[in-house]
Amino acid sequence: MSQLIVKRLSKEFGGVKAVQDVSFTIRGGTVHSVIGPNGAGKTTLFNLITGIYTPSSGSIEFEGTAVTGEPPAELARLGMSRTFQNLQVCMNMSAIENVMVGAHLRMSQNLLASLLHLPGLRRADRACREEAAGLMAFVGVGAYTAAHASQMSYGALKRLEIARALAAKPKMILLDEPAAGLNDTETHEIEALIRKIADSGVTVVLVEHDMKLVMNLSDHILVLDYGKKLAEGTAAEVRANPDVIAAYLGASA
Amino acid sequence: MSIKARGLVVLAVLLAALPLLLTNAYYYDVAIRIAMNAIVVIGLNLLIGYTGQISLGHAGFLGIGAYGSAILTTQFDWPPLLALLAGCAAAGLLAFAIARPVLKLKGHYLAMATLGLGIIIAIVITNETKYTGGPDGLTVPPLTLGSLELVGDRPWYLVVAVLLLIVTWLALNLIDSPAGRALQAIHGSEVAAQVVGVQTTRVKVRIFVVSAVIASLVGSLSAHYIAFVTPGIAGFSHSIELVTMVVVGGMASVFGSIVGAVILTMLPQLLSTFEGWETMIFGAILMATMIFLPKGIVPTLAARFRKDGGKDGEK
Repeated sequence: MSQLIVKRLSKEFGGVKAVQDVSFTIRGGTVHSVIGPNGAGKTTLFNLITGIYTPSSGSIEFEGTAVTGEPPAELARLGMSRTFQNLQVCMNMSAIENVMVGAHLRMSQNLLASLLHLPGLRRADRACREEAAGLMAFVGVGAYTAAHASQMSYGALKRLEIARALAAKPKMILLDEPAAGLNDTETHEIEALIRKIADSGVTVVLVEHDMKLVMNLSDHILVLDYGKKLAEGTAAEVRANPDVIAAYLGASA
Repeated sequence: MSIKARGLVVLAVLLAALPLLLTNAYYYDVAIRIAMNAIVVIGLNLLIGYTGQISLGHAGFLGIGAYGSAILTTQFDWPPLLALLAGCAAAGLLAFAIARPVLKLKGHYLAMATLGLGIIIAIVITNETKYTGGPDGLTVPPLTLGSLELVGDRPWYLVVAVLLLIVTWLALNLIDSPAGRALQAIHGSEVAAQVVGVQTTRVKVRIFVVSAVIASLVGSLSAHYIAFVTPGIAGFSHSIELVTMVVVGGMASVFGSIVGAVILTMLPQLLSTFEGWETMIFGAILMATMIFLPKGIVPTLAARFRKDGGKDGEK
């Protein structure tokens, strides 16, 4: 059964059609990539799926629930989690606190309990901290558990964001250019990490420019160009598609 | 011992030892005003420093508490504590009612909207002369609980010192809880907070209400303490003074709030010998603080201390 069903999704900004009439489905437990040249609408598509933008038209269904136009917090509640192309790490907090924020929906938000630090809340918080430390080790930033977010390098912050997204225990995780700005070694490590996440049963949706990474990891690839769906299929199918070659190489195939 | 517990112990010891230095009524008066300001500033710092939402109208909520207590006790014969609670409820409800539209705004727009709110409250207080006495103000009876009457320096000092300690403890607890991290996440990255499931509007509204209720509580107390209220308590310059205490002491620092309140309450008193030049010197000190300690006194010093080998973070 499809975990995510996107039907004829469009988004306009003024007169600019950033995403036009895009339809696709994602099966649970797979790695699904969205590729395309710069400005093809990949990040806009992510922002639509995660509720940050409201679609101009079309519908989105996640885990059997219609979620078109629902706010991000509601999608998070249903099990959707994401990272950002331009880092969105809270630089006013420590590294581990950033990851603990990811567990927000599983933690008590009761004001009185928080003000009084009631024992139940304190216990849950301690468990949350341990779990966050475990996740930091899992993504490879275990060395930073005592660090402040502002002390971390770019590559480490990218992983920290993934740890935060995983702290929500999501059913689907959307990674927006996880390898952007990383060197070859770091890209390989990120590839291994994404593989580990996928193997743990979480559906991975990936926007990425590193074609080797995409081809290695993806069960299914969606190609966007000028906001429209250009092609769809397995890595081999997409690679052989003349339209895709034309869009990427500019050749008239 | 955690840094939080250590800080609380230091604060408790200081508050307990301070009366040894308070050799006259004037010193007591300054200490009581400092503690009252510190309580308001801690609440305001939760909103401004931790959550990143500016309010330039917070003195309005102090005004609601102060005038709520003054009017209800003198003109409607309410018991002072009930009037105090009614003031808190009114401030909380007003904050709740306006928070949703206002907190949708960001940056300068939020500053303008809260500024307008403060000014409206101040104007209502000044113009509703029938109840408020207008610019002439109102006399306020002492705070009573049953037959107990709170008068004199020492009892007032005890009450506000204990209250300051409690509010400090509650604030430290809050910021070290999941709900407190949600506040800080909104400041750090609102969109990141949203995608992990934080209902940002709701959280902002809640902390706005909390800070307004704290302000109203202190407004009521100060009205009883001074035994007199004037519209100045709700005025724009008072709001700015409170924000300045947050910024100078340190954004997102509970202990910084207290330091800010100490410095900005004492400076005008210390500078009064300069007759006429005090405002200028006051301004120069503020500018120097912002240039050399841009993150506020406590966070900047804590960071410098950390670099020198300390390993604990400030809170």
